[in-house]
Amino acid sequence: MTGDVACAEGGLAAGCLFFGGYPITPATEVAERMSERLPEIGGTFIQMEDEIAAMASIVGASCAGVKSMTATSGPGFSLMMENIGLAICTETPCVVANVQRAGPSTGLPTQGAQADMMQARWGSHGHYEIIALAPSSPQEIFYQTITAFNLSEKYRLPVLVMTDEMIGHLSERVIIPDAKDIKTVSRTRPKGRKDRFKPYRPGPDGIAPMAIAGEGYNIHMTGLTHDERGYPVMTVEAQYEMMDRIMKKVRQNLDDIIETEGYRLDDAEIVIVSYGVSSRTCLAAVDEARELGIKAGFLKLITVWPFPEDLIHRLAERVKGFVTVEINLGQIHLEVERCTAGKAPAFLVGHPGGTIIPPERVIDLLKEAF
Amino acid sequence: MTEQKDIKQEIVITGFGGQGIVLAGRILGEAVVLGDHRQSTLVQSYGPEARGGACSAEVMISDEPIQYPYVRHPDILICMSQSGYDKFIEQLKPEGTLIIDHDLVKPRGIDRTFFSIPCTRMAEELGRVMMANIVMLGFFTAITKAVSLESARNAVLESVPKGTEETNTAAFNKGHDYGLAVLKGREKKATGKAGA
Repeated sequence: MTGDVACAEGGLAAGCLFFGGYPITPATEVAERMSERLPEIGGTFIQMEDEIAAMASIVGASCAGVKSMTATSGPGFSLMMENIGLAICTETPCVVANVQRAGPSTGLPTQGAQADMMQARWGSHGHYEIIALAPSSPQEIFYQTITAFNLSEKYRLPVLVMTDEMIGHLSERVIIPDAKDIKTVSRTRPKGRKDRFKPYRPGPDGIAPMAIAGEGYNIHMTGLTHDERGYPVMTVEAQYEMMDRIMKKVRQNLDDIIETEGYRLDDAEIVIVSYGVSSRTCLAAVDEARELGIKAGFLKLITVWPFPEDLIHRLAERVKGFVTVEINLGQIHLEVERCTAGKAPAFLVGHPGGTIIPPERVIDLLKEAF
Repeated sequence: MTEQKDIKQEIVITGFGGQGIVLAGRILGEAVVLGDHRQSTLVQSYGPEARGGACSAEVMISDEPIQYPYVRHPDILICMSQSGYDKFIEQLKPEGTLIIDHDLVKPRGIDRTFFSIPCTRMAEELGRVMMANIVMLGFFTAITKAVSLESARNAVLESVPKGTEETNTAAFNKGHDYGLAVLKGREKKATGKAGA
């Protein structure tokens, strides 16, 4: 099956029962699959009037206690930014898949890129933490969409699945395990007196239990800075307290959230860093480089945000340099460069978008730079 | 040397939108994965073009997981349009296999052997020009043995619209028989030459 279809199936396996979307190439097939499958299992599919409303609909569905997701591409992702911010501020779990295509603006609608990576991190206004994953095969989209739901439920925030047109439209074998073998996580629910409930009072893990709107607990949700009751409080102190919570729930759980994979990394002198479809370029490039006697290894970022700062920092102590391979003109490359702290040089093999990067370009850079 | 089993084949199928090029790639991939239990990937050229535009499907077949799913130098090139031929012929490996519909493609500017079948005309004779891709798949299966006959035939049956199974199987078989006849002819010619 294609990556887009696997994304929808991953959502369903995670327990998603609501999809609010607006069709856009190359993400339409996710919505298409959901529109077929959700009614079969008692879920809800709705095509909204645009992506702003689509994002609003999944935030609302999640507040009503239903796991929800949407899928879009660049222009739609831009429109969703405002309500992604609302989900961050109201600490509402939901999943957004971005099947990236080349931009800016309408760009190359049918051709892929990986150029929304910084938008994923900082696209909505204000300072915040977010989680973004980057699958490199239809099978990985399936599993990572499940992981995205689990993380979003656990930490109460929107989680982004940053895939791309190439993986979205790649057909490959996908194995869907039995439902009993799939681990799913659901948000912690409140206990105790409903009239004394404070919707933003954190539990011992720093995350507030979440009540379903309408089940009787006191609930107030707003995009304004709010206190533990959820009521707007326009003070610096309230801002400190709220920001502290939404930052710390990610920053203090980096080990639980961040996932990476190494390939021939143990004795590597040069670390190739990549994610998503470009991972496949790098796997081929590492094998070819080794045949040429270049000791290259590959670090695949499964979690792109939060960025594995410590890992890059530690690797920088012992390797000759880094090469970041991505279909943009230097986004994650900037992060790698930052985290090396000047201890090892960082190079970029970038591309403005529209196609994948052939392994030869990585080999050429390795020969030239090292 | 790696073991004989680890055979990787890169295949490009190219033609016009509407000829069922991508469907042919999908059927081939499904036959390999679900029937032969090997690895396969399909990358389709994906653009605003509709019927009549250039179109291609890139299929990888391997016993190992496929890292890089984009074809760089095809081992097998199937051409059902002249523009597709012109675009991809330079990339075909020197020892690679070229397969064309010779009513649609003139293999100009090359000095190499190739296999050809009038698959569009044959599909027309069977009553549906749309089945040219299935005739071609039968021919491809006979010539290249990249996929087993049984898996390919089953995948065709799984993929075609209900009610057309019989005619599509006939189309597949016709292409396959034609392929076997071509191979037999070549063999005869080769032994004949060796004997002379």
